[in-house]
Amino acid sequence: MTFFHTFKTSLVGLKTHRLRSSLTILGVVIGITSIIAVVSIGQGAQSLILGQVAGLGSNTIAVIPGRQPQGPSGFVELFSNSLKESDLAALQRKENVPTLKRIMPVVFGAESAYYGGETYRATIFGASDLITQVFDIFPEKGSFFTDDDIRSRADVIVIGSKVKDELFGESDALGERLKIKGKNFRVIGVLSKKGQVSFFNFDEMAIVPYTTAQQYIFGIKHFHRFIVQAENEAAVSRTVRDIQVTLREMHGIDDPAKDDFFVETPADLMARLSTITNILTIFLASIAAISLVVGGIGIMNIMLVSVTERTREIGLRKALGATRRDILRQFLVEAIMLTGVGGFIGIIFGVLISMAASLALSLYLSVSWSFSFPISAALTGLAVSCAVGLIFGIYPARKAASLSPIEALRYE
Amino acid sequence: MPLIEVSNLEKTYINEGVSTPALQGVSFRVEKGEFAAIMGPSGSGKSTLLHILGFLDRASSGEYIFDGKSADEYTGEEMARIRNKRMGFVFQAFNLLPRTSILENVKLPLLYSNIPELRWNKMAEDAIEAVGLSHRIHHESSKVSGGEKQRVAIARALVLNPDVIFADEPTGNLDSKSGKIIMEIIQKLNQETGHTIILITHETYTAEHAGRIIMMKDGEIESDRKVEKRHEAKDGFRK
Repeated sequence: MTFFHTFKTSLVGLKTHRLRSSLTILGVVIGITSIIAVVSIGQGAQSLILGQVAGLGSNTIAVIPGRQPQGPSGFVELFSNSLKESDLAALQRKENVPTLKRIMPVVFGAESAYYGGETYRATIFGASDLITQVFDIFPEKGSFFTDDDIRSRADVIVIGSKVKDELFGESDALGERLKIKGKNFRVIGVLSKKGQVSFFNFDEMAIVPYTTAQQYIFGIKHFHRFIVQAENEAAVSRTVRDIQVTLREMHGIDDPAKDDFFVETPADLMARLSTITNILTIFLASIAAISLVVGGIGIMNIMLVSVTERTREIGLRKALGATRRDILRQFLVEAIMLTGVGGFIGIIFGVLISMAASLALSLYLSVSWSFSFPISAALTGLAVSCAVGLIFGIYPARKAASLSPIEALRYE
Repeated sequence: MPLIEVSNLEKTYINEGVSTPALQGVSFRVEKGEFAAIMGPSGSGKSTLLHILGFLDRASSGEYIFDGKSADEYTGEEMARIRNKRMGFVFQAFNLLPRTSILENVKLPLLYSNIPELRWNKMAEDAIEAVGLSHRIHHESSKVSGGEKQRVAIARALVLNPDVIFADEPTGNLDSKSGKIIMEIIQKLNQETGHTIILITHETYTAEHAGRIIMMKDGEIESDRKVEKRHEAKDGFRK
């Protein structure tokens, strides 16, 4: 019997029990749908995150207090206080880090802002005007604070569009005073609506001079970050090295393994983040794969029922000249067709779900979530579902093939 | 050379340690073109014998020579090929594929042959014509009468023009009128196209359409006689 006829015979066998065949493939459909959806959404998340890191600019370096995380599960001591004013001064000295173009210390935290009867819990960012360059943000109305404001710890604030809407509504915010931690801040600028930039949503943010934030809002003397711009991309590694040497000297550290800070370039961050998102995607896809196994067992179950039910047919086919191999192939192809069709439908559903998810995420989270068709996952999914058919179909098929023709013909 | 030659054939079924002899030293020959009926009460071993002759089962001991070659020399696959090409089967319960057209049912043995598909329809149509069912060719097999079902089964047995047709109680499930039509077709196949026929029945009237009756009892041949006055088939049958 040619493969074409095996295929045709199997198709007829499946079509005779349309409802049963469709119910049988449901398990595989669900399995493949969830795998495709998870992988596709995972890829979307990854490209979004990596895109935002790339948005930082390739010559931007972050100096972060605490020990560098070892591997994805490493513990980051985010708020350790190892970055001091003296470190900032040391890094700013040209002889220490000659390729450093600009440096911005950053402090941040969530605080409630009050105006009139309204309250809004905003992310307070203490920074310098370098922030406008690094994150490409600018005030739509008013202006940004200056170096003088930083030096004088001025009580000025630039607010994001959402902060403005929540606290001031339609009325003009410029020149108004809002209250944070009991201190009044004069609104000197309102940022244009920007949405998510890198890891921050600037619409929900209020930016004050870092000196002001340290003293009046957070009451600390250290910094949460130094954001450094190197002269150009080629100078990044040299800048990183110089920063490490300077800070170790400042902190009296001989052994790099004992660093109480770490320097991260966009490339490091991307590598670390893609490891994390990959692991998450694989983990979720493996959970989804369990339903594929359940689906496979369903296939085996139904194929066994089918073999019993069609015992007479098998006997007849053998009497009419079908060999063991013909019967084996017929039932195996039936099982593979069931899972293959299930896999195909699953891919379609999975793609639809992830398209819907990317649409929903772009609309409701105002992030630029891009849908990507996970072609490798789709092909793998199809191959895996066919393999499931092969694995779970082989036992019923062997059972069918080994039936003795007379036993089968006698079967009632 | 006889088409079928069995000598001292024995078959014992062993079930849960209990052995039941079904055939106990059966010997006979069937020449090409012969029409032999095997008769006997139930449990006499006639079906067991037919299964061995039809390559559906193997004997426990003794020898079965089909067309000059011992059955022991065939592998399972070769036996399947012989069943396909050189043997045709007609069963009491028809054994048609349900929800499948008459044409597709008759084409079933062709699926396992090496005949190119181009010729399948013509061969099946010829076989269906030979049993007078051309007008029902596209009907579903489950929607025709019992007699017509058996005619489909005969067409299916005929489609590859086998040397021998094994018919196991072909009229057992039919009313007498349909049974008669079936026997007429079987007789015609023997007389007009020279097919060797081995017919199993427990009815004397049906057996007397054959040229020879092998009577079995308790797994042995009780008698083997020529039919003196066989029932002759009428000229054709109503379509």
